[in-house]
Amino acid sequence: MEQTEPRIGVFVCHCGVNIGGFVDVPDVVRYVKTLPNVVHADRNLYTCADDGLAAIRDAIKERDLNRVIVASCTPRTHAPLFKRTCEEAGLNKYLFEFVNIREHCSWVHMKEPEKATEKAKMLIAMGVAKAALLEPQEEERVPVEPKALVLGGGVAGMTAALSLANQGFETYLVEKEDKLGGFVRNLDTLYQTGKDALESITPLIDKVTANKNIHILTSSTLKDVEGYIGNYEVTMAGNGGETVAKVGAIIVATGAEEYKPAGLYGYGEYENVVTLKEFERMEKEKTLPATKSVAFIQCAGARGQVLEYCSRICCTNAIKSAMKLVGTEAPETLPEAGRVGRRRRRKAVASAPPEVEVTIFNRGITTYGVEHELMYNNARGMGIRFVKYTPENPPEVSREGDRLVISYHNETLKTDQTMSPDLIVLSTPLVQIPEAEELSKMLKVPLGRDKFFFEAHVKLRPLDFATDGIYLCGTAHAPVFIDEAIYQAYGAASRASIPLANGYVQAEAITAVVDEERCIGCGSCVDICPYHAIELSEKEVILEEITLATRKSSVNPAVCKGCGTCVVTCPVGAITQRNFTTPQITAAIKVFGGVPVSLGVS
Amino acid sequence: MEPKIVAFCCKWCSSAGADLAGTSRMKYPPNIRIIRVMCSGRIEPSYILHALELGADGVIITGCHLGDCHYIAGNEQAKKRVEMTTELLETMGIDPRRLRLEWISASEGARFASVMTDFVEEIKELGHSPLGGVS
Repeated sequence: MEQTEPRIGVFVCHCGVNIGGFVDVPDVVRYVKTLPNVVHADRNLYTCADDGLAAIRDAIKERDLNRVIVASCTPRTHAPLFKRTCEEAGLNKYLFEFVNIREHCSWVHMKEPEKATEKAKMLIAMGVAKAALLEPQEEERVPVEPKALVLGGGVAGMTAALSLANQGFETYLVEKEDKLGGFVRNLDTLYQTGKDALESITPLIDKVTANKNIHILTSSTLKDVEGYIGNYEVTMAGNGGETVAKVGAIIVATGAEEYKPAGLYGYGEYENVVTLKEFERMEKEKTLPATKSVAFIQCAGARGQVLEYCSRICCTNAIKSAMKLVGTEAPETLPEAGRVGRRRRRKAVASAPPEVEVTIFNRGITTYGVEHELMYNNARGMGIRFVKYTPENPPEVSREGDRLVISYHNETLKTDQTMSPDLIVLSTPLVQIPEAEELSKMLKVPLGRDKFFFEAHVKLRPLDFATDGIYLCGTAHAPVFIDEAIYQAYGAASRASIPLANGYVQAEAITAVVDEERCIGCGSCVDICPYHAIELSEKEVILEEITLATRKSSVNPAVCKGCGTCVVTCPVGAITQRNFTTPQITAAIKVFGGVPVSLGVS
Repeated sequence: MEPKIVAFCCKWCSSAGADLAGTSRMKYPPNIRIIRVMCSGRIEPSYILHALELGADGVIITGCHLGDCHYIAGNEQAKKRVEMTTELLETMGIDPRRLRLEWISASEGARFASVMTDFVEEIKELGHSPLGGVS
């Protein structure tokens, strides 16, 4: 508990005309000087400028300030700067309070300067009341074990593991199958290069296998996880028994599998109706029957038919396979500019009609970006037919004798037609693997609506989980191409390497703390904590001659994010949130209500 | 009459939404006094009662949209607690419209301004709180 009398300094910012043009800043300063515990109040043209910061430092020293308030813009812009300034003058940064009188006041009340001035006064007074009760805090430093665990030995997982290993971090790579390679093992050739899929990733497999920093555990799965960022205790189980390790970070690269469209388009009912992956395997194993006519049906089971989303990679993959059937490989090298592409296309149009007739039924082709679109154009030039259908009126597959028949409505010609292909290939979406549900519970990371792993922020933190120290890449997150999986893997490895390289993590000291004496061990806080940061443990309480075995909760400050929801849940008020204590918040409410609050030593 | 209103805003969504209303120079009535907390899940029902007891004519709690909470599900706790407090207000004979819960994202500056404008209008219709300044 802070023992000294609060000596608060308040710096009101004009922000040029942004605040000063609408709020009567000199009047605000005069008012602030009358507030309890305020020993210094001044105004600056720009508090964030060098002279403004110097004024804060000087006043802390000369006026012996032990609390500082800046009333200016949103804390989102300059809170770190002002906190650092306080620290430079020897004041703990948790004794700084920010009051926003620009975004929350002057800029929204430009037409009402008097009321804006009144509001600014009140906001500052409320800040002063809170500031008087602020306490210095120390940020906890938690050591980080400089090792990592990567789950999944596909392209994404291998790339991430190799990237971490090359940075010098010992890495465990866990793969459920008996070989590394992941989904790509099912594929015949890869889009863009047209080269053999397994051959393409063999150099990566070799590098991973040869790297002394990588421990490969094939035919293995994760059995148990305990701990938190920097200090995860992981248990992996496989043929060779259990392996227990301590790692600082975990990367989820568990991949995806293909949706099996049971009951759609005769799949599972008629022979020669296969999925795209099965088709690739047949090509790879050279078991594809002789065909004269092949039909692909895109979006089978996707985009509302069964699953909601677009799998994003199947249009390109189907076109790649179609081009291979027609007999021309996808272009070996990419043209350097659009013009080359157009020339290529014209040339293709002039070529002889294909020996195998390929039709791609689609709801619109998703071949975004430069190369994919070019490939689509090339495919059209090669005579591959693209037939559009609508979700209300999809093609129907039946069998007449030993022939497959597709009846469809040609959206372009507005006529009903039929065709009789030798083989039907269903382009189905990638879906989450069945083990994901259990893994998500074990790691305490969420799955999204479509069951893929769910990132911390869709735009700003796409490779992080909300739980610190766990990252994700590849198709475990959403369907992606190999190149995209690789950049995500580099990204995830880079994110994971930050705590590993620092050797410690520092938590903002706004965490919850339990007063053990008041705690009754009910466990409500344990249940409500979204980060599993609270634990109940057995404690002995000695009451005169009797020793009682009881349970008490405690918060792990390295895991607590400071939301404060446990504080509210606690039925006996045993939990406090640092920097957002109930006395601090209610002091602001009291000032709002016009209650004179005694702000002296409590 | 000029109502006195406390707005509790979470740091990540609604307070940032209020910032955006500011940077976009949107207008709303100057009756709102914002108290910033980390999460709407930090708001204790007692804060709401305390504010009303001390003369607030309305209390508005704002947080991230459901499913979008920075702290995973703190807003869902806020929802439960506000619902409970609303019932309590009814029992106490205080018009439950004096307490409102709204989800406002960081990108919804316009929504912040319109919600605040609407709430101030509603409280103006209700008039001063019967509890106004009891202490």
